[in-house]
Formats: sequence, structure tokens, C-alpha cells
Amino acid sequence: MEIPYVVDERSDTGLTNVKLGIWLFLASEVMLFGALFSTYVLLRINAVEWPLGANILSVPIGAFNTIVLISSSVTMVLCYAALKLNNLSGYKKYMGITIGLSLLFLFVKSYEYADKFSHGDFPSKSTFLAIYFTLTGLHALHIVAGVIVNGYFLGPGSKLWHTNKTQFINRIEAAGLYWHFVDLVWIFLFPVLYLL
Amino acid sequence: MDHVTTAEETAHAKHAHEHHEEGFLRTYVFSVDHKVIGMQYAVTGLLFLLFGFGLMMVMRWQLAYPFQPIPIIGNWLGNSRAPGGIMLPEFYNQLGAMHGTIMVFLGVVPLAVGGFGNFILPLQIGAPDMAFPKLNMASYWAFFLGGVVMLASFVAPGGAANSGWTSYAPLSVIGATTGQTMWLVGMICLITSSLLGSVNFIVTTIQLRAPGLSFMRLPFFVWTQLVTGFLLLLAFPPLEAAGVLQLMDRVVGTSFFLPSGLYIGGSAVEVSGGGSPLLWQHLFWFLAHPEVYVLILPAMGIVAEIIANNTRKPLWGYRAMVASLVFVGFMSFVVWAHHMFMTGMGTTMSSFFQTTTMIISIPSVVILSALVLSLYGGSIRFTVPMLFALAFLPMFAIGGLTGLPLAFSAPDIHLHDTYYVIGHFHYVVAPGTLLALFGGIYYWFPKATGRMMNDVLGRIHFWGSFVSLNVVFMPMMIQGLSGMNRRMADGGATYVMNQDVLVWNTVISMGAWTLGLFQLFFIFNFFWSIKKGEKVGDNPWEATTLEWTAPSPPPHGNFTAPPQVHRGPYEYSVPGSHPDYIMQADPSGPKTEPAKVQL
Repeated sequence: MEIPYVVDERSDTGLTNVKLGIWLFLASEVMLFGALFSTYVLLRINAVEWPLGANILSVPIGAFNTIVLISSSVTMVLCYAALKLNNLSGYKKYMGITIGLSLLFLFVKSYEYADKFSHGDFPSKSTFLAIYFTLTGLHALHIVAGVIVNGYFLGPGSKLWHTNKTQFINRIEAAGLYWHFVDLVWIFLFPVLYLL
Repeated sequence: MDHVTTAEETAHAKHAHEHHEEGFLRTYVFSVDHKVIGMQYAVTGLLFLLFGFGLMMVMRWQLAYPFQPIPIIGNWLGNSRAPGGIMLPEFYNQLGAMHGTIMVFLGVVPLAVGGFGNFILPLQIGAPDMAFPKLNMASYWAFFLGGVVMLASFVAPGGAANSGWTSYAPLSVIGATTGQTMWLVGMICLITSSLLGSVNFIVTTIQLRAPGLSFMRLPFFVWTQLVTGFLLLLAFPPLEAAGVLQLMDRVVGTSFFLPSGLYIGGSAVEVSGGGSPLLWQHLFWFLAHPEVYVLILPAMGIVAEIIANNTRKPLWGYRAMVASLVFVGFMSFVVWAHHMFMTGMGTTMSSFFQTTTMIISIPSVVILSALVLSLYGGSIRFTVPMLFALAFLPMFAIGGLTGLPLAFSAPDIHLHDTYYVIGHFHYVVAPGTLLALFGGIYYWFPKATGRMMNDVLGRIHFWGSFVSLNVVFMPMMIQGLSGMNRRMADGGATYVMNQDVLVWNTVISMGAWTLGLFQLFFIFNFFWSIKKGEKVGDNPWEATTLEWTAPSPPPHGNFTAPPQVHRGPYEYSVPGSHPDYIMQADPSGPKTEPAKVQL
């Protein structure tokens, strides 16, 4: 017996295994970041004084990175759409752009980190910096994971397209869902850390 | 599209498997087959249980005979742990912290969820494997890695983690041992493992049920695994977050859990401050309370299966049990701070959590009552698994009822951090969960190996364990009520108020060692029966659920033909039917649902 519903949807749940799996994974990620955001709230309401993010971090750089990441979400959708239209070269183009934008995000982020470190702003300096580095660091790790997964689907993983198109599209959809989630986390992180 | 496999396809698949020889490593070590992974989990879990219990047997020497040389192994422990065989208090603290961690995270959960869940769940829902077999393997190896890191921490400089299994900050942050850092790394591995596992369990249950197996026809065990999967999925990530934060505190020097103005030994600690020790407790217990239900729910599932099978009756109130189970799962997320009544978090918070704790006891009692009522009017077969399942009922009841005084914030002032808490918790998990898990091993052993475990040895194991478990844990209640504190390296011998109850320390220790002795019967029986046990057919217990339709042991892909389910899970003593049961996959006979069955 083969494992069913890898490619096709189960009629009563309307889901493939991978789609349900990725949504459950994202639910757990919500709890992970939820706990960290709760930590932020608890530490902040207990704090005697709390700095304004904009006085410590660079809002223009953060805003630029926000735009980069939102654009990468758009190209992620476009590469999924290209596959739906049976256009593999379009998929590769947009997936390439998505990965490029992710790397740009990481580059900008590491510039920000290096700038902070060069001014002696280490996580141990204050609670604000501690939570800033923890949240953005964990988020950056998620970006790195996304780059690895997307890179796999751009390279060796794309061979599946020639043997099973539906299954490959399912995988790209799951990767896309993950990517949108990572993007969404940043959309919360940016105002919380940079603006509030 | 419904999944339909024709007979031809099945034959083809079978043919393909026969010509598909895997190497030794692929078959037994890096296997993706849920049955092999389940066995790996179960055996590793059992070994960790033995190891964690071994730590406790050494601790019990120290409690019964404080600061006297430990016999037999004392000289092997080394000067940093027990110079001259006399245990250092620091080493006692390590043993305490690691006993809790190993038993909960490396012993019971891997056995109950990783072992039983992996092996039984796909079989019970008629699936060929878990939904994501490779993820399943990754989950086991992440768990294994976590276990190795935990074990390795014993030989790290300064020894293993020694701040209790709860790792309360700031103690766990300011302590200089590498062991605590390794504890955190190990926990992150274990959390990753259970995350992957829980996704797999939930997807498998929802997606891979055989045709005709609706949710209300699922065996109760599958329901418990499903709810457990959600608890693991949603409760573990906050501890992962907490672990990352404590790791930051220890390695990078942040102060998430270190308050401003912290003094140690008269000098101020050089940190930025502004953190909150309470925050760790909130994050920790947000996991660790649902974790208690992760420990108990699979055990309830196993007991339900065994009771239905051995009373030859449908479970009483199946639907109410399922509803209670889901409710327990939901409520377990909003009771965590009842572990924190004494932290000074305030009476308003205490009132809230004391109320939710009262509420969660109701569905637990519903499930237990339904299990007791299931016995009524049954013609009970007192098989070895049934003995364990029957013993579970009063043991879990004692564990649950002794929790009530702890759930109220007023009596908790007296009982907090005493041996009463240890007694209460262990009644739930040791005579409760562990007995159920042993019962499950005896019950499903013939499915896994095609052979029965020895009956006489099983009975000796049961009665010995049952009696000595009570000798161990009942006196703890007495000690705790008289106010004896836990976590004391000398067993509380220096306190005047403890003098009347100190005698119990020796009794408990004797009980613990006797318990260890009786486990030898199980260990021998387990290995002996693999080779020499009585050979039996596919369905030796005359059970109804799908796993008994598959061959014993089930081949790769589990079922010779895809099962089709026609009825509810517990069609025992069906009037006019001969034999007295109808299997779920049996096309003949009436098609019934669980709700239609009354007492």
C-alpha cells in the first residue's frame, strides 16, 4: 500500500497531507513567536524605562527591509502562479528573484547587526537590545531556512516537475505558505521593535 | 477523490516489496517504517526509564542513609560526585534535576507517544504508514540527539544540570556549570523532535483514516494521540522560546530572567538587569502543564483499549469520553499558573487559575468514571494487560484526588514544595501512566512480534510493581502533610519537625529498590518472549480494532489488502453473534455507531 493523499486531496477534508502539515507547523510557529512577543510585552510593562525603537535602530533601513521582504512574498506568489500556468522557466525566474531578495534582506540585516556591534550595542547591554537581537535573530534563522528550502526547489528539487507536476506544485505551495508566514512575522516585528 | 486501490494494484505493490531488499542500516537503524521507528522509540524510552529510575535508586540511598558511603557503585562515581562513596549535595541536585528531565522528556513521552503512537496509531486507522515517513525518522533522531546531549552533560565540567527539572531562573542562569547549557541544547533538540512528531501524528490521523473510519468510529487510543499531538504542537514552542531566552542569558549575557539589583554572595551581579524570573516560570509551565496531559492521555487511551477488550463490552459513554478528552486538551492550556501560587503573582491570578483547575478536573473525572462504568456487567478476563489497566484506575484516581488540595491556593501554602507534591505527581505518572504503559506493552507485544509474553512472569511483575509503587509513594503523602520539604540532600534529617516522619525515608527507599528488583522480571520476560514466547495468530485477544486485522508482525505497508471499516471500534458481545465480537473491518453483521450502545 502506498501512502495516500500525497498528490491528490482527500475528498472529505479537502486537503493534501503536505498542506495540512504545513498549516500545523505554522500554528506551532505562531506559538513560538507568540511566546516571544508575550515576553516582549511582559518585559516592557515591567520596565522602569523603555527606549523608543527609532532612537536606537534605523527606521529607513528597517522600512527598506520590509519592502524587500514583501516584494519577495509577491515574487513567491508569481512563481507559484507560473507553475499553475505550466511555465517552468517563469517559475525559475521568480523563484530566483525570491531567493535573491531573501539574501538582500539578510545582507541588510547583517549590516545592521555589524553597525550595532561596532557601537558596542550588544544584546547584554539592555533588555531592549536583548529582545531585539533574539527576535530578529530567530527571524533571520527562519529566513535562512527558507532560502535553503527555496534553493532546493530551484535546483535539485525541481526535477520532480518532470515526473509529477501536481506534487511539485503542492510543495511549492507549502514553501510559499511558510514564506508568507516568515514575511508576516517581520511585518509584526518591524513596528514593534522599530516604531513603538 | 477517494483513495481506491484495486486488487491488481495491491498485488503489484506486494510484488514490488518482495523485490525491494533494504540493507541492515536502512531496515533497522535509519528506517522510515513507522513500526521500526515506534520500536526504536519504545526501546530507547524504556532504556531511559531504566536509567532515570537508576538515578532515583541512588538518590534513595542518600535519603535513607544520608552521607553514608553508597554501596556497590559508590566507588565508581568519582571524587567530583561522591568522594569516598559519600554523595556530595551538588551531585544529589544533579540527580534530582536529571531524574525529572529524563523520566518525563526522554522516558515516558517517547514511550507513550513516540513508541505506542508510532506503532499503533497507523495500524488502528488502517494506514500503510505515517503521513511523512522521513519526517518521522528525523523526529526519532532529533530525540536521540537530545538524549545523547543530556547524558553527555553528566561528564561535562561541573556535572549535569542541577537546578531541578524546572530549571527555575535565576538559579539556573547564574550557576556556572556547562551542564545547564547542555540541558537547554538537549531540550531544544527534544522540542524539535516532538514538533515534527506531532505534525506527523495529526496529519496521519486526519488524512490517512481508512475508508469508512469516521471520527466517531476511531478507537479511543487514536483520539488520545490526536489530542496529545495538538498539546505537543502548541505547548512546546513556548518552552522552546524560553530555552532560547535562557540560552541567551547564559551564553550571550542578556538578562531576560535576571532582575535589576540581583546580589549573589553579597556582591552585585554584573548584568543589565530588567528581566523577570517569573517570566521563565510562566513560559515553562505553559508547556509543562499540558505536558502532564501528554503523559496521562495516551495512558488513558491504552487503558480504554484494554478494558473494552477484556470486559468484552463497548466502552461506556464513548462520545462523552471523546468530548471530555477534547475539553481536557483545551483546558490544559489555561491552568498552568496553578504551579505558581507561591510566587507572589497575586491573588487575582491565583483565583483565576484555581477556578480553571477546578474546571479541568471535571472532564478528567468523566473519563475515569466512564472507564470504571465500563467494567459494570462485563465478564472480565483477568489477563496480564487487564491487571495493569485495572490497577491504573484507582492509582490515577488517587493521583487526581490528591491534586485537589494543591489546586486551591490556600492549602497549597502548606503543601507547596513538600513531598506531598511529589507523591501526588508520581501517583499520576508512575503507578498511573507507567502501569498503563506496561499494560500496553503486554497487550500489543503479540502484534509486534507474533508471540505472547510469558503470563506467570507478567503476573509476578504486575503484583510486585503494584505493591512496591504504593509503598514508595503513599508514605510521601504522610511526609508531605507533616511539612517535609522536597529537594533536600539529606532527606530533611536536620529539621526537628521532620523527625517523626524520617522513618518513612527508609521504607520508601526499600520500596524503590524492591520495585527495581521486580522490573528484572519484565526485562527478562521481554527479551525471552521475543525468541521463545508462545506463537499466536493475528488476533490473540479476540479484539475488534483494525490493528488486529493486519498480520503479526505487520509487513512493510501493514495490511495485505486496504481495510474498509464498517462499524464502531468496540463491537463486543454482539447479541446473536458467534464469536462474541465483530471486527471493524468485517463486512458482515450490523453497522453500529458507538453512541447507540447503552449500559
